[in-house]
Amino acid sequence: MIDNAKRLGRRLLPQFVALAMILVLIRIVFPDFFSIEIQNGRLYGSLIDILNRGAPVALLAVGMTVVIATKGIDLSVGAVMAICGAVAAASSVRGDPLLLTLVLAVGTGLICGVWNGFLVSVLNIQPIIATLVLMVAGRGIAQLVTEGAILTFNDPGLIFVGSGSFLGLPMPVVIWLVFGIAVALLVRRTALGMLIEAVGINRRASTLSGIQTPLLLMAAYMLSGLCAAIAGLIVTADIRGADANNAGLWLELDAILAVVVGGTSLLGGRFSIVASLIGAMIIQAVNTGILSSGFPPEFNLIIKAAIIVIILVIQSPRVQAGMTFLSRKSVRRDTAEQSVQ
Amino acid sequence: MQNTSNDILVAAGIVKTFPGAIALNRVDFSLRRGEVHALLGENGAGKSTLIKCMTGAYRRDAGTLTLDGDEIDPRDTLDAQKLGIGTVYQEVNLLGNLSVAENLFLGRQPRRFGLIQTGEMKKRATALLAQYGIDINVSSALESYSVAIQQVVAIARAVDLSGKVLILDEPTASLDAQEVEMLFGIVRDLKAKGLGIVFITHFLEQVYDLSDRITVLRNGQLVGTRDTASLPRRELVTMMLGHELQSVEKAVAAAETASGPVHFRFSNYGKSGKIKPFDLDVRKGEVVGIAGLLGSGRTETAELMFGVHKADSGSADIAGKPANLSSPRAAIAEGFGFCPEDRKLDGIIGELSVRENIVLALQARRGWARPLSDFEQNALADRYIKALDIRTSDREKPIRLLSGGNQQKAILARWLATNPQFLILDEPTRGIDVGAHAEIIRLIGELCAQGMSLIVISSELEELVAYSSRIIVLRDRAHVAELTGSEITTEHIVNAIAGATSLGGVQ
Repeated sequence: MIDNAKRLGRRLLPQFVALAMILVLIRIVFPDFFSIEIQNGRLYGSLIDILNRGAPVALLAVGMTVVIATKGIDLSVGAVMAICGAVAAASSVRGDPLLLTLVLAVGTGLICGVWNGFLVSVLNIQPIIATLVLMVAGRGIAQLVTEGAILTFNDPGLIFVGSGSFLGLPMPVVIWLVFGIAVALLVRRTALGMLIEAVGINRRASTLSGIQTPLLLMAAYMLSGLCAAIAGLIVTADIRGADANNAGLWLELDAILAVVVGGTSLLGGRFSIVASLIGAMIIQAVNTGILSSGFPPEFNLIIKAAIIVIILVIQSPRVQAGMTFLSRKSVRRDTAEQSVQ
Repeated sequence: MQNTSNDILVAAGIVKTFPGAIALNRVDFSLRRGEVHALLGENGAGKSTLIKCMTGAYRRDAGTLTLDGDEIDPRDTLDAQKLGIGTVYQEVNLLGNLSVAENLFLGRQPRRFGLIQTGEMKKRATALLAQYGIDINVSSALESYSVAIQQVVAIARAVDLSGKVLILDEPTASLDAQEVEMLFGIVRDLKAKGLGIVFITHFLEQVYDLSDRITVLRNGQLVGTRDTASLPRRELVTMMLGHELQSVEKAVAAAETASGPVHFRFSNYGKSGKIKPFDLDVRKGEVVGIAGLLGSGRTETAELMFGVHKADSGSADIAGKPANLSSPRAAIAEGFGFCPEDRKLDGIIGELSVRENIVLALQARRGWARPLSDFEQNALADRYIKALDIRTSDREKPIRLLSGGNQQKAILARWLATNPQFLILDEPTRGIDVGAHAEIIRLIGELCAQGMSLIVISSELEELVAYSSRIIVLRDRAHVAELTGSEITTEHIVNAIAGATSLGGVQ
């Protein structure tokens, strides 16, 4: 157990350091950045805002991590968000009960996942192409659902998903924290994590070892669809309307970035959902920091790109090898001590 | 060092180490002008490492290289080529989509005013190939010709570029008998022109057919250099295999042949395009060996039995009841296990730890919802690391960092952990060092003594003879012979493999 905790700590260290550095940087520019206050039994502040605004990408990153671990990628999540948001809005406008609305939205996300999973695991289409189909078609489907208009609704239950609060925390924060931790526990407390990693590293050898590879791939894309559905619900509830054109636009790229910043290789294999969640927060912290700094908006994307390049360079195999070389002496001493023990 | 003046390439005291292993330990090698020198050794003996040190693909750690009396130190293969050392590999390393002429003159095309003179290039290419007795359309893409022609083009290019030493790394592996003859004719011509030729092969027939001298490596050590004419075949095999193996052979061969009732029965089992329908009965505690040349259907037989391919004819029974072998998962549920030939591609999960690789098949069979606890996993891993003597510093080490033999043992452990009734081993000793080799053979004996049924596919016939209670011989994707009892000798196997054709390359 202690070994495992140590290993997890070592795995998450770079992400924690990166997040802390960015927060401290913003703090230097804005002295009251860390201040948190309570109004009407709810927490307010920039940090809470980061957690709240980062919810969609964090949720997408959970599913994306698992898909990437299988050596796949899911480009359709942004579009799936739009579809699910549109389905939820349409259902709410119809006057369906809240539970049915939620079930419909989540069900739609799962169906999208089944479609992607079918293309990838049964037809063996390359994931980037397979999910591109729904990425392109998805917004069209969403527009069909909303009939081209922005569907607005007033159901207080649905709105609560986007802007309510629970135990002082905004609802989206509660949702992604609970969901992310639940999935992380699910894959690590069962054998799913290991099996997913095995499939991602060597699909053929995994099949020969008796792993039900197609089923596992299907499950990964369904999880991604489910995550997109929840993220779509949050975004839609937040603006109280379904915008088929802009809901979740480009978020698939942020989700992939969150996974990569979280240190999971795009080549599949070893993954950490918690690291991806931190990665999502890093991205949101950069976004929030730049926005509140008052730079002209045209600089935002460039600064964001620069910060991400720095993080990725630090994580690159070359630089890592160099750092290993520098720290080899200390590592050697470590192992020598261990062997003495 | 006899007749030094006639030596063209001399390697002395070559040392090459890799992390955790000494690949070459002070190996001497000399090549004379106008000789074909066979470089032999089992997989992992250090043949290719030695070649790579001579061609600059690897930098040696110690030792000297002398070419034509001058000390050389090729930095890379290009450098070696310029010095006069050309290499042709088993897989033709030319560009299939370019024309023959372009391949011959790639990087040194005749130019005028900076433009390539295609006509001139074609003329020269045709002339060059004519020297080898080959008349083909040099404008056609290289890949439109047979592998044999491609080999000749590769040789022509290497000789034209380098011209002093030609290294042939298993050039005949994928050629038929006639093509081999054509190639050998060319090699003899080159030899007559005074080139020094290093010839690496697994086919001992060809060694005796072509080579003047033989150098044998084993386990990174030089075993000896001998004149081919005065080296009996039996002695050569002993040089290659060493003595460790023979003591093991006797131990295993002593185990009596199983004679219980047939437990696994495949009748008329086959798949068109893969392997012709065959009948095979396997008793408990029996080792059935499968022999045949590469491409004879050995691996296909194994994959069919394990459900990698679905049989389209016949049936399989276990203890008289029909068995479902439609997928690896189904086969595993029936108690099957399969250590595949290509460890890297089909066996190991490189980034996962030794522990995870060992528990993988058992975990897959239990299903994801019933995970083995950390304690159970560690216990399993530790047990098999100890039992099979898997050399690893730590059970959490990624398996890709282990040596080939230890990877093979870990894959074996993966299957043993599932407690299989029927284990298929495809080339279990390929590419592993002699020590691990002997241990795996010992393990095979132990497993069958415990009542497990084994199918072992191997190119090493001595090995098959040692542990098999029966041997199935394959040729042209069909089971052609079954040897039992006193029929089990390498001679009988070779005869059966050779059959109607005369291409019985394996000793």
